[in-house]
Amino acid sequence: MTDGAAIKTGEAVLALDHLHKAFGALKVTDDVTLDVRSGEIHALIGPNGAGKSTLIAQICGELRSDSGRVHFKGRDLTDLSAFKRARLGLGRSFQTTQLCLEFSVLEHVILSLDCMEGGSFNLFANPRNDAALREEAVHWIGKAGLAGRENRQVANLAHGERRQLELAVALARKPHVLVLDEPMAGMGAEESARMVDLLQELKGEYPMLLVEHDMDAVFTLADRVSVLVYGRIIFTGTVDEVRQDAEVRSAYLGDETC
Amino acid sequence: MSKFDRFTLTGIVMLVLLIIAPFVVAQTGWHGGLPLLTRIVIYALAVVSLDLIIGYGALVSFGHAMFFSVGGYVVAVLAYHTNMGDTIFGWEGTNSALVLWPLALLACALLGLVIGYLALKTRGVQFIMITLAFAQMVYFILVSLQFYGGDDGLMMDMRNTMPGIDLDDPFAFYYLALGLLVLWVLFCRFIVNSRFGMVFQGLRQSERRAVNLGVNPLPFRLAAFVISAVGTGLAGVLWANYAEFVTPDMATWAKSGEFMAIVTLGGLGTLLGPIAGAAAFIGLEQILTIWTEHWMIVMGPILVLIALFGQQGMLGRFLKGGRHD
Ligand SMILES: Nc1ncnc2c1ncn2[C@@H]1O[C@H](COP(=O)(O)OP(=O)(O)OP(=O)(O)O)[C@@H](O)[C@H]1O
Ligand SMILES: [Mg+2]
Repeated sequence: MTDGAAIKTGEAVLALDHLHKAFGALKVTDDVTLDVRSGEIHALIGPNGAGKSTLIAQICGELRSDSGRVHFKGRDLTDLSAFKRARLGLGRSFQTTQLCLEFSVLEHVILSLDCMEGGSFNLFANPRNDAALREEAVHWIGKAGLAGRENRQVANLAHGERRQLELAVALARKPHVLVLDEPMAGMGAEESARMVDLLQELKGEYPMLLVEHDMDAVFTLADRVSVLVYGRIIFTGTVDEVRQDAEVRSAYLGDETC
Repeated sequence: MSKFDRFTLTGIVMLVLLIIAPFVVAQTGWHGGLPLLTRIVIYALAVVSLDLIIGYGALVSFGHAMFFSVGGYVVAVLAYHTNMGDTIFGWEGTNSALVLWPLALLACALLGLVIGYLALKTRGVQFIMITLAFAQMVYFILVSLQFYGGDDGLMMDMRNTMPGIDLDDPFAFYYLALGLLVLWVLFCRFIVNSRFGMVFQGLRQSERRAVNLGVNPLPFRLAAFVISAVGTGLAGVLWANYAEFVTPDMATWAKSGEFMAIVTLGGLGTLLGPIAGAAAFIGLEQILTIWTEHWMIVMGPILVLIALFGQQGMLGRFLKGGRHD
């Protein structure tokens, strides 16, 4: 994170500027402005269907915004395609894991490392035999808590392990921001706790935008919280402020079992 | 890495079988034996190429016969003009394989580049349909070439010439084709295991993941499509020389379908499986045509049964097994 360290703490790494998106008459993103600052975890919470995953798709370039801009490290990303944004250091995980199931864990992280510049057209060199790549991949696999699982096929990983692999795959690219869509979704209590610990370890190193339903995890991890309801940010503040805010309680926390 | 071992083992067994097969059939005194083996090897070249994109990239091309036909026609047409004593755009022509074959492959590469670029804008069933549509266009163009025999096709007076190898000698021709098949399979094997191949296969397994790792899908898929077109074109070049005859039938959808059926029959995404598939398909075709003219009535159900019950084809389970813990 040499680059990340260069940006002084508190400066916005990722900034969304009046984003809009509608599917027909349904406004899914309604004038969303928020930023993720270096060193912080910014949690985005909101009920089902609030538009959280849609917003992530707009950030990562999978969906084109109707209007508004996305800035990343001072650069306007709005007109860049998803793969170009990824190359600039936008790391992400998906609400439903998106992984290459036939590769081994090691191969998958090697693939991730080898695609930093968009992938190679070398038809002969086998990246699996590249000692430096292997070593680096093993490092990130360990960092994501998957040491010893290097040769397991991704399809044979447990659900929680797949989530960890998504993280390893993202971390290997030394991202300048991590956008995580419900990294604890579908996990058991134990797996969930492990993921919280892992994110806690990574905190400070990587700025994160964390979409999460589990309020305990949010309160443990986040510095700031934004609440999204029907595509609108109705509140942004520190964890303590969220706890006290009446509007948030009624709009969101009230109907959550937390 | 037992997968590697199984591949190598299977490859060596197949190679040994294909090397000794001509001697075995010669012993039986059956004259159809060597031509049959030659057809198997030529088809194998085409289906290995098709497997590269279907099996590893899920790019289901239903139009690969167009490259087969274009490879064949380029060679036959240029040889035709040369033998007529014409000049081709001021060039007096040649019958040398070392010139004609690369030209034919270049034509296939260019055609693959253009059609691949257009077809890869689509996915799934649409991709199948658009490749089919382009192949039909090529078919109708070939039929309309009255000067080159139209429907009836074009005879070659003789095979191309190659220094040091007498292509008119059926043995030499067979072993040349086999040698090219070996080189092509090795090349495809390198591709599959390469940095390029990893990205290409990653795109099939999860395009969303690959894109979010920074991969632009089109150039990777297009490169693989072009390589596949060239391999299939080489099969067409060999076919033209083997049969000394090219017809628009080389570009029919039935031919494309045969290629797809053979790949599935042998085992998708294994490179070697389709070679076994070619042997089984062409062997069965030979036996069934002796028996009945409507051999497809028997072959069809066999293919359906294999598709239903042997989901991995003849060699898929073996070649893809024994991997990872
Ligand atoms: N491609 C689409 N076309 C039409 N509507 C869509 C599309 N994608 C999402 N939606 C709708 O947009 C709304 C927001 O969906 P989104 O997935 O962003 O919500 P979310 O906040 O991530 O919810 P969850 O907590 O369930 O993951 C939903 O009502 C959804 O049905
Ligand atoms: Mg969601």
